[in-house]
Amino acid sequence: MSGEEFVPLSLTPLLIGICAAVACALPGNFLLLRRQALIGDAISHVVLPGIVVAFLLTGVISTWPMMLGAAGAAAVAVILIEAIRRLGRIEPGAAMGVVFTTMFAAGVLLLEQTDTSSVHLDVEHALYGNLESLIWLDATGWASLLDPKALAGLPPELPRIAVTLLAVALFIGLFWRPLKISTFDEGFARTIGIRTGALGLALVLVAAISAVAAFDAVGSIIVIAMFICPPAAARMMTNRLEAQIGWSVLFAVLSAVIGYVLAGYGPLWLGWADAVSAAGMIATVSGVILVLAAAFGPCRGRAGAPGTG
Amino acid sequence: MVELAAKQGVRPTDPSVQASPLAIRGLTVSYNQKPAVFSVDMTVQLGSMTAIIGPNGAGKSTLLKAALGIVRPVSGQVTVFGRPLEKQRARIAYVPQRASVDWDFPTRVIDVVLMGLSRELGLLGRVRMRHIAKAMDCLNRVGMHDFADRQIGQLSGGQQQRVFLARALAQDADLYLLDEPFAGVDAATEKAIIAVLKSLKQAGKTVVAVHHDLATVTDYFDHVFLINTRKLAAGPVDEAFTAETLQATYGGRLATAQIDQIAGALG
Amino acid sequence: MLWDALTLQLGYNATLVAIGATLLGFAAGVTGTFLFLRKRALVSDAISHATLPGVCIAFMVMVALGGDGRNLPGLLAGSALSAWVGLLCINGLTRRTRLAEDAAIGAVLSVFFGFGVVLLTVIQTMGVGRQAGLEGFLLGSTAGMLFADALIIAVGGAATVLLVMILRRPMLMVAFDAEYAAATGVPVHRVDLAMMGLVMAVTVIGLKIVGLILIVALLIIPPVTARFWSDRADRVVLLSGIAGGLAGYLGAAVSASAPNLPTGPIIVLISFALFALSLLLAPARGVLAAVLRHRRFQRRVHVRQGLLALAQGQEVYEPYTRRLLRRAGLMRADGVATEAGRARAAKALRDERRWGLVRADQTHEAAAAQYDGLRDIETVLTRDQIDEIDRRIGPPHEVRA
Repeated sequence: MSGEEFVPLSLTPLLIGICAAVACALPGNFLLLRRQALIGDAISHVVLPGIVVAFLLTGVISTWPMMLGAAGAAAVAVILIEAIRRLGRIEPGAAMGVVFTTMFAAGVLLLEQTDTSSVHLDVEHALYGNLESLIWLDATGWASLLDPKALAGLPPELPRIAVTLLAVALFIGLFWRPLKISTFDEGFARTIGIRTGALGLALVLVAAISAVAAFDAVGSIIVIAMFICPPAAARMMTNRLEAQIGWSVLFAVLSAVIGYVLAGYGPLWLGWADAVSAAGMIATVSGVILVLAAAFGPCRGRAGAPGTG
Repeated sequence: MVELAAKQGVRPTDPSVQASPLAIRGLTVSYNQKPAVFSVDMTVQLGSMTAIIGPNGAGKSTLLKAALGIVRPVSGQVTVFGRPLEKQRARIAYVPQRASVDWDFPTRVIDVVLMGLSRELGLLGRVRMRHIAKAMDCLNRVGMHDFADRQIGQLSGGQQQRVFLARALAQDADLYLLDEPFAGVDAATEKAIIAVLKSLKQAGKTVVAVHHDLATVTDYFDHVFLINTRKLAAGPVDEAFTAETLQATYGGRLATAQIDQIAGALG
Repeated sequence: MLWDALTLQLGYNATLVAIGATLLGFAAGVTGTFLFLRKRALVSDAISHATLPGVCIAFMVMVALGGDGRNLPGLLAGSALSAWVGLLCINGLTRRTRLAEDAAIGAVLSVFFGFGVVLLTVIQTMGVGRQAGLEGFLLGSTAGMLFADALIIAVGGAATVLLVMILRRPMLMVAFDAEYAAATGVPVHRVDLAMMGLVMAVTVIGLKIVGLILIVALLIIPPVTARFWSDRADRVVLLSGIAGGLAGYLGAAVSASAPNLPTGPIIVLISFALFALSLLLAPARGVLAAVLRHRRFQRRVHVRQGLLALAQGQEVYEPYTRRLLRRAGLMRADGVATEAGRARAAKALRDERRWGLVRADQTHEAAAAQYDGLRDIETVLTRDQIDEIDRRIGPPHEVRA
């Protein structure tokens, strides 16, 4: 395909998909090892009430209030889960289930109660996102990448998710050592003065931020899939955390690229006229990668013995 | 006489407290409103090897974890070398129970030992050759240098315990706290560990370990601390580790024959 | 209007929905309890999300065969099939690989749902104008429900409850202690599968009323609510069923009483309200009771430690202990015990000596196990036994076993 077609129509959605996938996969590695993989599930469900409340408060559909609302809802959910878990002495899975279903239900109810027919705000959009529509109309070809005027017309989702990815990577790079130690051995981490409670909360909040930023562009489904599938597949490839992170990034990028291409062009190859949901396809591809890793990964068995599946 | 009562009244500025590597006053820790440790005082002697002894569920590990600030007490104070715990973190090394971590974690033996250097390395400090060399030296001291590149899940129980000890050695601490270091390890590991602990004592360090095997107490340790929710006795082994104190600590849970046997061994 | 709805006088359809929702809530509450006690509450989330591809495939197959894609039994059969496949994937991932169950749940949930969304977009491009309604399975829609549909829900709900009642013993045993159950010959794996089968049945039945995203709320919230009120498993099961049924009934009624009140979310929110009340107010496990109990406990610890210090003529240093002793009139401002304080301290010290003897004495083993530093010795020994111990104590120096 030529640059005239690829750059305006496919480059930006592809880049946004890749950034979103990697931004979620990075913290996902630690959530997976901490047995908190489903936090991503909970966070992505509560994004809906967050943006609805933000819309009700401001009366407009604009990005920043909605992102803030979603982040606020994620923070509220995390605090509620922790409070219910401790106060009611309930296992974390059940506490999560109580909180995110209730908040999601509240979001749906609020949405039904308010007149949002005039604006683009609905449950389906929250779930699937709209990756395909994030095109770069000002671009005319590869040369546009150097053209400031064309660059000004980039879809704002791209810089947003890129900055988020950078921030997430910075957080993990900066706190690499404490994160690794406290994930492996929390008691020991405390004895050397690491504030494990605060660090754990920070990790969840960072995950929430990447979830919200990714959600803005690609919807909830990818968010959950990217939190879990690439790190889980990477877990079966290596016994070193550093390498696991590398594999998870690779798998996230592969899922985004293959998923996007299959969604856009797969139906054409099958002779159908229209593309299918890119977000759904990216999640599907990440699942296929996970299944392949589970079947053939060199470290898929427990306790690190290679090849004992 | 067995000391039965609480001793809340030791003044925090008392010289014995000042000099002690670990001093605990009036410590009560409870899980679900049931005290696991009640009103316990403990003063560890500088340069001693102290065994914390008591029946299952007597609060031994809880005492250690409260001393380290891992669990929060209902009441009580902990000082380390005469100052609050938080300011003395660098002088303490902790060897947790083996079962407390996920051994399937994606990391190698050498990485675990390097965790012991994290205060030295700081947030962003790079691991340099001298850090690696130091970690290897610590592995060498526990006889595990051939395993540096192994994934930790591939080790036997005894080997895992030795890696934890190597991590503690890397911390270069003055006070070593160990939670059941000999639980479920092979005889070779037990020997290796006790040799390392004795060398620490030689170097003037202080060692406190939760211990469950009454038969080896006199061989391994010079001080004991007997606990069963309350402190029952404490002091040098030959004074505080007697048939009488064991009876008070274990009550009906230790057969009289067993106590006589241990007391007989004590001479 | 609300009253009419509550008394089932809002017409035939609303009545059917209310009955269906009540049965569904009861069945979900009862089934969910076993899942909750087995600590696998969120497996239901994966099961429910995994129904989506099945619904879509069933629709496509039925259309391809020239039938009506919206045939409810057909769609439910498809959803059950793909939920089953999802369940097998979770089992495979946790048994064959190093992944923990939460990761397997999340992976299945997101991948199946993502694939379902792909299929939904395929259906949209199929150009059949009849796909409207499939989205209804996401959030449920009771508007325009057919009599036959309501009947399926009611019959399905009743059948599930019946099955749960038949299987409740082995399921309780497995939930309480799987290893012990296996040792006594209970086929744990099959019971687990049966449990999941029931969860799947509830999910499939609930798709039409509350939708696949919210059905998990009906499986999780009522059991958690019921747990606050009882420590006995059989009562928790019943209470959970009642909480679920109540939420279903009230939710359906409220939803029918006014426009723009979707049934599913209303049922979930009422369920949560019941949960929140229980969390705060339940007598033994509630937050309010726990806070009061902890404060009382902390006071007892400090007072007792203070008394023991006073008894031995030591000074009390902890500020909170001092404050409590002074407030109780046991200590003067200068740290000296009052008359009452001395009496209480002497009693505390004597009790400690008594306990010391009891704990060193094999004949009192059961009583000794009750010791926690706070328990009054009078609550575990008889007056005669205490007198006997006091005789042995005599003057304090003769503490001998």
